[in-house]
Amino acid sequence: MKPAPFAYKKVRSLDEAVALLGEKEAKVLAGGQSLIATLNMRLSSPSLLIDINGLDGLSGISEKGGAVEVGALARHAQAERSDVIAKHAPLIARALPHIGHPAIRNRGTLGGSIAFADPAAELPACLLALDGEVDATGPKGKRTIKAQDFFRGLFETALAPQEVLTAIRVPAADKGARVGFAELARRHGDYAIVGLAASARADGKGLSNVRLAYFGVGNTPVRAKKAEAALASGNIEAAVAALDLDPNDDVQATARLKKHLAGVLLRRVAKQLLEAGS
Amino acid sequence: MNSYALDIALTVNGERVSKRVDARKTLVDFLRDDLALTGSHVGCEHGVCGACTVRVDGEIIRGCLMLAAQCDGATVDTIEGMSDSGEIADLQTAFEQRNALQCGYCTPGMLAAAQDLLKRGAIPSRDDIREHLSGNYCRCTGYHAIVDAVEAVAQARAKGR
Repeated sequence: MKPAPFAYKKVRSLDEAVALLGEKEAKVLAGGQSLIATLNMRLSSPSLLIDINGLDGLSGISEKGGAVEVGALARHAQAERSDVIAKHAPLIARALPHIGHPAIRNRGTLGGSIAFADPAAELPACLLALDGEVDATGPKGKRTIKAQDFFRGLFETALAPQEVLTAIRVPAADKGARVGFAELARRHGDYAIVGLAASARADGKGLSNVRLAYFGVGNTPVRAKKAEAALASGNIEAAVAALDLDPNDDVQATARLKKHLAGVLLRRVAKQLLEAGS
Repeated sequence: MNSYALDIALTVNGERVSKRVDARKTLVDFLRDDLALTGSHVGCEHGVCGACTVRVDGEIIRGCLMLAAQCDGATVDTIEGMSDSGEIADLQTAFEQRNALQCGYCTPGMLAAAQDLLKRGAIPSRDDIREHLSGNYCRCTGYHAIVDAVEAVAQARAKGR
């Protein structure tokens, strides 16, 4: 199908983007790898696309003050090649190859993936697992939103209608940081049937601060808190038994199958978390 | 002013092109409808099948997931350009010799994605090839012949260096 008609404006400043977002049914165009697909399918029909791809200063990837900051326009392929991501954000490094395909990763942006908040996407779950945050700029200026407060519902975030996501930030991994990532998809690069992004701290031979963020099992990325507690005590099978997920059937799998696969993934990810130097 | 139609100027297969386009027109539709470059195919129109793969500023992208309006100032290479320049002549020959195509619908995208992998220079493993072509659907060949062809060209190019 073809998109319904819309107006297009390539903006030269963030202020211009924020002002234009005041227009009815305006949407921000970043990488466009989800948005343009929804336009083509007429699942969405904005009146105005605000193209932010020409904005300077939103594409950086840097580590400072114990945090990794990724500008909203940094592309997946750029992050895949980034030494900062490889060294300081290993969970994101593990997730990136699973996002779409090379041609998609050349265009798609990390900020766009977070702002679109597809419940089956990898990066929202990574942000939640890492206890990360996002920066957003609106008419009242800039604010920071924690990941746990950001994902509100199906494709719904805490961003106000006139706010633009400008950066995401996660704690830089140090020596005691452990991460794990696994997903099951029918074809590599497709949206996951079920996926799991996890972080923890090495604590003696065990783990502490375990955070398990599942994707593809609800309207948002979902923490499995009972399983986190069980895994921290070192018992993988108890953690699997404690999985308190409540997925719905979807076109890819039944809820029952998703729950089973969530356990499969937890066993795999638990092994990654428990491996030294993961 | 926000406009429903825009004037764009870009370079397509080495030629300067200036056109007025609807804001909603995707790059692949622009290439096919406005420039009669029908080698880039329209398959799923939502980024899944890879039949519309072209290069923008040297990187492969989905022609259905980028607007023509976004390509103002860009350099675009389509299968016609890659073919005419001889850049992928060896890949095309290998695809033909190994029956790596039947209906040919996926082939332009498949060749563009394969060339993107091969121009990195290293000899990719079969897994690397499969991974790089994972975003390109072929419903005829079962992929083995395509992987064979890409692998053969990778090895031949390495020998020629």
